[in-house]
Amino acid sequence: MIDGTHLPVLQVVVPLLCAPLIVLVRGGRIGWAIATAASVFFLASSLAILLEVQRVGVISYAIGSWPPPWGIEYRIDAANAFMLVLLGLVASVVAPYAWASVRAEIPRDNHYLFYALYCLALAGLGGIAVTGDAFNLFVFLEISSLASYVLIALDRDRRALLAAYQYLILGTIGATFIVIGVGLLYLMTGTLNLADIASRLGDVRQARPVLAALAFLTVGISLKAALFPLHMWLPGAYAHAPSAVSALLAATATKVSVYVLLRFYFSVFGTTAVFAAMPMGDVLLALSIAAMIVASAAAAFQTDLKRLLAYSSVAQIGYITLGVSFATATGLTGGIVHLFNHGVTKGALFMLVGAIAFRLGSSRIDRMAGLARSMPLTCAGIVVGGLGLIGVPGTAGFVSKWYLVLAAIEAGSWVIAFVVVASSLIAVAYVWRFVEVAYFRPPSEETARLKEPPAALLVPAGVLLAASVYFGVEPSLTLGAAYGAAEALLAGPR
Amino acid sequence: MSALDHYSYWVTIFLLVAGLFIVIARGNFIKKLIGLSIFQTSVYLLYIAPGKLIGGTAPIVGAGFQVYSNPLPHVLILTAIVVGIATLALGLALVVRIREAYGSIEEDEILRAEQSAARDDAT
Repeated sequence: MIDGTHLPVLQVVVPLLCAPLIVLVRGGRIGWAIATAASVFFLASSLAILLEVQRVGVISYAIGSWPPPWGIEYRIDAANAFMLVLLGLVASVVAPYAWASVRAEIPRDNHYLFYALYCLALAGLGGIAVTGDAFNLFVFLEISSLASYVLIALDRDRRALLAAYQYLILGTIGATFIVIGVGLLYLMTGTLNLADIASRLGDVRQARPVLAALAFLTVGISLKAALFPLHMWLPGAYAHAPSAVSALLAATATKVSVYVLLRFYFSVFGTTAVFAAMPMGDVLLALSIAAMIVASAAAAFQTDLKRLLAYSSVAQIGYITLGVSFATATGLTGGIVHLFNHGVTKGALFMLVGAIAFRLGSSRIDRMAGLARSMPLTCAGIVVGGLGLIGVPGTAGFVSKWYLVLAAIEAGSWVIAFVVVASSLIAVAYVWRFVEVAYFRPPSEETARLKEPPAALLVPAGVLLAASVYFGVEPSLTLGAAYGAAEALLAGPR
Repeated sequence: MSALDHYSYWVTIFLLVAGLFIVIARGNFIKKLIGLSIFQTSVYLLYIAPGKLIGGTAPIVGAGFQVYSNPLPHVLILTAIVVGIATLALGLALVVRIREAYGSIEEDEILRAEQSAARDDAT
């Protein structure tokens, strides 16, 4: 029974079944317990899968024993195994955090719905990561997206409704573009299994429908991944969502979309078709650099700390896609390790800002004057996370940026290496905005009487923050996994 | 073979562009959702039309039938329709809540209300 053969499917099925279960029992507490258990199970099984993948290479699981390419195949290699671990880690830290955070931010009657949707979002994101079937991928994408629209709209602030609506419109356009791309590939190859599509593309690789499919998929996935300039939904969605939702989505949702981009580029179309025959590398490079500079600069002008972090997320997506655009082992390793490192760091930061909002009732920066005196731990945490965003040595952000700079130099472009460093300096500017207000302004009457947030909020955030420092000091684990993922992707269509 | 032989593609492209245009050009939240639905419908056609062979029957093996249509696109699009309905339902539910919160479903009116609220907040 416990031999692990069915772990790939259980990974998705367990959270998927937990969602209706929570709705049936209709209890906030029990819902929280089930959601936390599902997240911890997700983490445990993703670690087991990662170990298994490192042993055997590729796991292929035929759903319902229908052999691929006829049945739906779950196919896990080093790249998606790593994604699963990130998902599991973030989910099982955010779930305990949600206990106190949700009680403060969401009306009591909706608690059970929050946890049910949390499980649905996790199932959807996990499904995207494990599936080897193009249409199945779309379905999971929509499961996770629909769940996140509702999660965002659950906040008491009425602006959350607008943000959720805007995200719904743009997210659906993105998903529909992805289906169009998948449909064109299906028309040309007659199959939906990603590996099978890759092997059948063969001679038609340069046919116009296939190139159109590449374009549709790129635009659709970029919308979902909030790649500049298709990021318009992201700042509102992250700024107005409940804190636990911001933390979960910022750390996972866009990252999973980037993974989908990697999967299509490297495992379906193949490196030469995407980067040599088509100028996707140059396009990605230009957009990434624009994201790093423009979004970082926009972040520096925000008045709301959550919105500031959201713009910083758009910039950090740029670093990840920058690594992808080189299409070299170093670049991809840098991109993938940044995907993980940034997910962990940004998750911790959103949780800490949520902890401040728990006491302060707002995430506006100008209301945080002198906050460091009343909440020394929380503010110190944000500074450490902020250093991670800048990429100071000793934090995880440094490791990934180091690899990105290496990849740029390897590609012979000192200019890009310089841009990576220069955009990190803009990150100093936006992190400083918080430091200046919280540490160097005298406390207002409001902040002076605030206490440190409860441990139920600080401990989970601390765990992620500790992880981001640990992987900065001792990066061999994440780098090894990312390098394995890059190698698996660069090996091309299987 | 003329360009009109594949007229289903022309219909698809027309629906696709028309739907997307409505989403972008209209400020009314309900009209935007209608545009989004039209946009999604174009994809249904993109999948289903090539699955049909002229003279083809349902893929049940039997005497006298040689040409079969592909049933898979129908199944896929059945799923896509369900997803589309879920999206539309959720979108409409959000619009109801937005109207309760803002008293309007026009994008420019709501943005104006938001901006004046932000100004009040700042002062």
